[in-house]
Amino acid sequence: MLVTPDSQAISDAVIYKTNSFVFSKWNSALVVLSLLFSIPLVIVLGSLFFPETEAWSHLADTVLTDYIFNSLMLLIGVAFFSVILGVIPAWLVTMYRFPFSRYLEWALLLPMAMPAYIIAYSYTGMLDVAGPLQTSIREVTGWQYRDYWFPEVRSLGGAITMLSLVLYPYVYLLARAAFIEQSICVLEVSRTLGCNAVDAFRRVALPLARPAIMVGLSLVVMETLADYGTVQYFGVSTFTTGIFRTWFGLGNSMAAAQLSALLLLFVAVFLYLEKRSRRQARFHHTSSRYSNLLQQQLNKGAGLCALTFCALPMILGFIIPVSYLIDMALDTYLHILNKDFYLLLFNSLSLAFATAILALLIALFMAYSNRNRNSSVNRFLVRFVSMGYAIPGTVVAVGVLVPFAWFDNTLDAFLTEHFNISSGLLISGTIVTLIFAYLTRFLAVSINTVEAALGKIKPVMDEVAKTTGMSSGGIIKRIHIPMMRGSLLTALLLVFVDVLKELPATLILRPFNFNTLAVRAYELANEERLAAAAVPALAIVLAGIIPVIMISNSISRSRAGNE
Amino acid sequence: MNKFILITILFVQQFSYAAEVNIYSARKEALIKPLLDEFTEQTGIHVNLVTGEADTLLKRLEVEAKNTPADILLTVDVARLIRAKDLELFQSIDSEVLEKGIPEHYRDSDKQWFGLSLRSRVIIYAPDRVKEEELSSYENLANSKWKNRVCVRSSSNAYNQSLVAAMVANDGVEKTEAWAAALVKNFARDPKGGDRDQIKAVAAGVCDVALVNTYYLAGMLVSSQEDEVAAANKIKLFWPDQDGRGAHMNVSGAGILKPAKHKKEAIQLLEYLANDKAQHWYAEANHEYPINSNIESSAILKSWGKFKADNLNLNLLGKYNTEAVLLMDRAGWK
Amino acid sequence: MNKAININDVSVSIEGRSILENISFGLEEAGIACLLGPSGCGKTTLLRCIAGFEKQHQGEVWIKGVRVSNPTHHLPVEQRQIGMVFQDYALFPHMSVADNITFGLNNQNAKTVKQRLDELVELLSLQKHVNKYPHNLSGGQQQRVALARAMAPRPGVLLLDEPFASLDVELREQIARELRQIIKKDGITTIMVSHNQLEAFAMADVIGVMNEGRLLQWDKAFKLYHEPETSEVANFVGEGVFIPGVVINEKEVKTEIGNIQGVTPHGVALGKKVTVLIRPDDILHDDDSKMTARVKDKAFRGAEFLYTLELETGVRLLSLVPSHHNHPVNEPIGIRLEIDHLVIFPQID
Repeated sequence: MLVTPDSQAISDAVIYKTNSFVFSKWNSALVVLSLLFSIPLVIVLGSLFFPETEAWSHLADTVLTDYIFNSLMLLIGVAFFSVILGVIPAWLVTMYRFPFSRYLEWALLLPMAMPAYIIAYSYTGMLDVAGPLQTSIREVTGWQYRDYWFPEVRSLGGAITMLSLVLYPYVYLLARAAFIEQSICVLEVSRTLGCNAVDAFRRVALPLARPAIMVGLSLVVMETLADYGTVQYFGVSTFTTGIFRTWFGLGNSMAAAQLSALLLLFVAVFLYLEKRSRRQARFHHTSSRYSNLLQQQLNKGAGLCALTFCALPMILGFIIPVSYLIDMALDTYLHILNKDFYLLLFNSLSLAFATAILALLIALFMAYSNRNRNSSVNRFLVRFVSMGYAIPGTVVAVGVLVPFAWFDNTLDAFLTEHFNISSGLLISGTIVTLIFAYLTRFLAVSINTVEAALGKIKPVMDEVAKTTGMSSGGIIKRIHIPMMRGSLLTALLLVFVDVLKELPATLILRPFNFNTLAVRAYELANEERLAAAAVPALAIVLAGIIPVIMISNSISRSRAGNE
Repeated sequence: MNKFILITILFVQQFSYAAEVNIYSARKEALIKPLLDEFTEQTGIHVNLVTGEADTLLKRLEVEAKNTPADILLTVDVARLIRAKDLELFQSIDSEVLEKGIPEHYRDSDKQWFGLSLRSRVIIYAPDRVKEEELSSYENLANSKWKNRVCVRSSSNAYNQSLVAAMVANDGVEKTEAWAAALVKNFARDPKGGDRDQIKAVAAGVCDVALVNTYYLAGMLVSSQEDEVAAANKIKLFWPDQDGRGAHMNVSGAGILKPAKHKKEAIQLLEYLANDKAQHWYAEANHEYPINSNIESSAILKSWGKFKADNLNLNLLGKYNTEAVLLMDRAGWK
Repeated sequence: MNKAININDVSVSIEGRSILENISFGLEEAGIACLLGPSGCGKTTLLRCIAGFEKQHQGEVWIKGVRVSNPTHHLPVEQRQIGMVFQDYALFPHMSVADNITFGLNNQNAKTVKQRLDELVELLSLQKHVNKYPHNLSGGQQQRVALARAMAPRPGVLLLDEPFASLDVELREQIARELRQIIKKDGITTIMVSHNQLEAFAMADVIGVMNEGRLLQWDKAFKLYHEPETSEVANFVGEGVFIPGVVINEKEVKTEIGNIQGVTPHGVALGKKVTVLIRPDDILHDDDSKMTARVKDKAFRGAEFLYTLELETGVRLLSLVPSHHNHPVNEPIGIRLEIDHLVIFPQID
């Protein structure tokens, strides 16, 4: 160290400088990482600079209004029902005791393990005109097809129902966590001010939980926009089916990318408006005191109503389709449960697990960088990266395929020219590409969860720890991790379940001789061999149940003071 | 350290079976894997397989360019083979076996792709509501007497696209568009589901006639699910346009890619897929018609009798595919 | 039953554990009462029972001549017309100060609401903070907003749960006096809960001392201090020591520090052994006195010292002495008794 007359001042300066250097190193790593995962999005958005006038005038003349109308209806419908099915049960199981309420707490999450296309296939199998129910109606009554009215499963309304049934758990999950964390005093005070239980919910609990509900809802919105399997099977033309049709049917991948870019812009505007609408009110809890949450016992009638309302989404979204799948699987499982099947199971689980861990680590890194240096650029980058959730898996896959292949080909050309070695495709067509695509799609989930958790740790806690001489590493290990454990587990498991269900990106990017449960279920279902598809579909659902129950438990424990 | 990693990667990259062949396949695994296993057993050549949608596989080939590991692209419809040819992904292959085994109009004139099985799109009908005499050609389905009686799947489906492309090739865009618009008016319901769904819909009385590929009907007839067998037995197959051009035909086929590193093995595999035994397997396992009518097909296929197939140059199906999609959009065929 | 609040023989148990036993008291219209007691004594439960958050299994609660609850009937919280300020204030974090204050006025027309808001803002000096959000306010400001919010619908009764617990200690008494003025100006009947007797003295007209679920005494502050009914009350309210004594006549008790005479008859039989409460202000320091005690400990309180003194017999006393009398520990000092209120209890061993 330099010895100078004013060494104290200098050493202060050195320390200061070191600090800012550390921060900027962290920060540049954050920027690099965000840019890396932005590449697929940038490629999609970049397509807007290559106008496809002819294709667009055809789309505008013929199908575009249909796409927009159906997508909007689907979006509004799914958002509406997800909120109704998610928020009200979350409130009921948090605040009241009624028959089975303890079981419903976690059972309400179960539909989350159900891929949308599988529930769509199941209900079609049961309720379609040629399905067992309608067939027996005709047999028993002697009616013909046109003699009676029966709701059409494969319709816009059906698509809204199917997607709501499997997506409402996202809203339920976040709303419940928010209700659990709310200070009971705030609700009680509203009662003293003349609010009855319903008013207290509507005027206080609901607005307080709004940020959490909106996070859940934006996941629902993005999943809905990205869904292809269900709407395609139901013959509902949406933006997403339009993207595929433009690409596959018209062979115009540029116009298809432009449609995706529009979708992305729509999501960006939605997220921005939501954020802006609550900029004024910050939702810090002013209270740090928690009194015990005393769940009120409902009387028989009210309890029965609550039970019905809470059980319905779970029965429709899980019990019925799973029973149907089990019934189908009983015919076929003997042919399917072989060594090959266990390999599929292993592939699915290990991919999901690896991705979940990576997503968690990256999300932690990003959240911490943002906490250390909360610049608007950083925030924008992190927001931008999380938009990948809204893009259909196929489009993400192509966004990943293009740059990776470019990198491999460029490297190969370079090595061939200078060293006369051909490296071929290094990373394209490997698991790395696949996991990268998963991360691009699902980082949003882990980032949102981790950021929310970290936001709850007030800087003063760090300061307290520092005064006891704890190092930064120690603070993270002894204070942050224990405080965030529940949320980190949730982030991990959400991504795990999402990857388990993921189909289109897997289909496009997977290496030779590598299949997952989702791919197998899809290929069989797509060949219209539903009975054979039931076993892998069930395996996806069952493998997803355990993490889903774990998520629920970690949330129940998240309430301060609760064991 | 970096060098070490690089060398390791290169080593891993180069590690492979002594003899192998890599396939990108739009045929689902269950509909090709048994044949490939058989091939490996016979020749000792290991086969690596990735399945997927044809267009995404094309995109993958396009961006992987000359470094693609794939040797063969298998598709289930001819338009995608032609698209691959247009993208200059294939190379020309000289193979006496293939040229002898595959009729000329089912393979590319530049020897870039080869049809390996045939699939026909036909009319099915409910015999209790439709007399066989009422049916004739595809064009006839646009007649207003079929109002609210026709089921067909979405125009996003490749088989519908190739059927309409064939009509464009014969009748021109204008006439075909008018036909499509009239057909849409006859739909009993919005297009939804797959071909089996159309068959079930006819059986359930939603509609009286439908357009489907033959192997779906056959698949239902031998299904392990009783309701499928029952539905399939309620309807009958009608060979369209037997007095005119004949039933619309599409092929599933394959080509060898330009950068193929295992060209020899790839040719061997294609020749294997075209041989009598493999062709018979297509018929038995998936009820597709053998590419060569001399080869014995399955019992179900035989029960439907001989029929006149449309001998249209398949290149035209590729050529008019986009036109077909555009006109179906305009006609309101969802 | 013509008082503003009447509690008749109320008992509450939660999850099988008895929390309150046979509580009864009445509070006059516009009176301010304080429930005082150590934590866990049940005072907050009693407040919540009056508010309607807890249900009693015995007894009745009357507010403004209306029976709001008994073991079978329970008027919901929102229909009792009470205002409540919680210990942590529980402001709605998603609403501005103005929205918080007017929360309970949602069924009234805009003009009335505005008028009431202006009144309260002025009463509580919140003019500068009307458009702020709770997280931007100091503890004292938050308290005033919480109070304004509770007072806005003109409740019949105001309930305050440890209203000063979140404030700086130095400010508590001052704010308590201010708060008392505000509440008195509005003429609203108030019950507050506190474990701090100084706050209770500063705020309340009448204080209920509670311990272990029982109401020990319901009285004015002065009487609680000088005429506690039980030794528990004496122990909890103010400082003091107990020394043994024997009744020698109807107004007088003999103790080892001398005979102590009360103003009124104490009603205990002659010759009975008793315990006498000696407050620190009962023992005066007098250098001329013959009676001396040794200084064992001393606490500086600004104007005064609180000396702990020991007699030769080993009995200890407390004495408040002006702080210019600074004596070192172990020095014997002269003391003199000056007792206006003789407080005796049955002998405790």
